[in-house]
Amino acid sequence: MSLVIVDTGVANLSSVKFAFDRLGVDATISDNAETITQAERVILPGVGAAPYAMKRINAKGLTPVLQSLTQPVMGICLGMQLIFETLEEGGSPVKGLGLVPGTITELDTKNQPSPHMGWNTLTKRSDDILLEGINDNDYAYFVHSFAAPVSNITLASSEYGEKFSAIVRHKNVYGCQFHPERSSRVGAKILENFLKVPA
Amino acid sequence: MLARRIIPCLDVRDGRVVKGVQFRNHEDVGGIVDLALRYAAEGADELVFYDITASVDDRTVSPDWVSKVSRSIDIPFSVAGGIKTVEAAGARLASGADKISINSPALARPELINELCDAYGRQCVVVGIDTFEENGTYRVKSHTGDPDKTRETGRKTLDWAAEAAERGAGEIVLNCMNQDGVRKGYDIKQLSAVREVCAVPLIASGGAGATEHFEDVFKQANVDGALAASVFHKSVIAIPDLKRDLKARGIEIRL
Repeated sequence: MSLVIVDTGVANLSSVKFAFDRLGVDATISDNAETITQAERVILPGVGAAPYAMKRINAKGLTPVLQSLTQPVMGICLGMQLIFETLEEGGSPVKGLGLVPGTITELDTKNQPSPHMGWNTLTKRSDDILLEGINDNDYAYFVHSFAAPVSNITLASSEYGEKFSAIVRHKNVYGCQFHPERSSRVGAKILENFLKVPA
Repeated sequence: MLARRIIPCLDVRDGRVVKGVQFRNHEDVGGIVDLALRYAAEGADELVFYDITASVDDRTVSPDWVSKVSRSIDIPFSVAGGIKTVEAAGARLASGADKISINSPALARPELINELCDAYGRQCVVVGIDTFEENGTYRVKSHTGDPDKTRETGRKTLDWAAEAAERGAGEIVLNCMNQDGVRKGYDIKQLSAVREVCAVPLIASGGAGATEHFEDVFKQANVDGALAASVFHKSVIAIPDLKRDLKARGIEIRL
C-alpha cells in the first residue's frame, strides 16, 4: 500500500507517519505533485491556523493537485478543515480546497474553556467502512477551536458546547477533526480502516 | 462528553526520568520510553515531559528522545524545558511532540507566547507556571529546575495566567510549589482562583497523593486535567484503578 502524507509545510508530520509505521505501512512524506497523485492513499495533516496553511498550500502549487485526487483521501484536524469550501478563521473567510461541501466555523463552547482540548466521545450517525469496530462513546483526542457543523456528510459527531462533525465523508474524501494518530486504540482502528477503503 | 485528563508528568534529567521532593534531591525512576509506554498502556490520557535541566543550561536543540517517544506511543504528549525560540519549539514539534510547554523563557520574554501561537497555533502552546503562596498572595517563580538558580519574578500568579492565555497560550499548567511532591492534595483554593481568570484549559499540578485528591480537584476546582508524578512512578496509585474509581464517583473519565 503506497500512502503519502502531504507535506503542507505547517503540519506535525512525523507523528502521523509514526502511526502508520505502527500499522506496518511505510508512509512517504511529500509535496511532489506526481508522488501525491500516484499514491493509493493520501493523508492531509495539519495543525495551526487555516489562513496560513492555505497560503502555504497555494504557494507550493498543491491546490489543483489535491483537488484532482480520486483515490481515498483523509484530512486530519486542520487538514480536515482545509478540505471544506470556506473557512471562517482569521477575520475574513478563507477559501478552502473545496473537496467537501460546507463551511468551517468557530466552535461555540458555551463559556467552557477553549480550545476544545482532550478526549471526547464519538456518536455514529452513518455507517461506513471507516467506522468498523468503532462504537458510540468511544473516545478520540481533539484539539481545535473551529469545526464543521453537523451535516449530511457527517459520519460521526462529538459535542463540546455544541454538536460538530468529528468525522465526515464526501465521495472519496474523509475528514477527522480529532487526531487518530494520538487517539490510542480507537485512532489506530480508524487509520487501519482507512487503508481498507476501496479505491 | 469531554473527559477529565489524567496526566503523568515525567521530569527528565540527562536522558532519564527523575523525581525530587519540592524540586530537590532527584532520584532515578526509569527510562523515558519505557515509562512512556507503561503509562500509555495503563490508560494515561496524555504525558508531559519536563526537561528540568534545560532551562538552566541554555539548551535549545530537540532532544533525540522526543522522536523516540512519538514513535512509541499513540497518546498525546507535551515537551517542556529550554524552549526559548520559535525555532526550538518547531524542532520539537517536528520531532513529533504534540505540544510544547514554556515556563521561564515566557517570563523572561512574554512575546514568545504570541510568536509561538502565530507560528504553530495556540493548540500546541502550553504555559507552565510555578507558583507559590506567600502571606495569602500567589506569586510566580522561574528557573525552578535548580534550587540555586530559582528566581522570584515579581509577578502575581492570577495576572500571569490571564496574560499568558490572552497572549495565545492554549493551555495553562499550574504547578503549586507549596504542594509539590508532598502528596497532601492539590491546592484547590488557588486552582479555583486561577480557573476563574483563565479561559483556556487548566491543568492542576503538585500535591497528588490519593484518589480523593483527584476527585476533589476535578469537582471543586473544575480543572480539565490533573498532573502527577511520584504517586505514579512509585506505584502508590495505579492509573487503571484511579480512573475506574473516579468514573464510579461520577467524573467523566476515559476508560
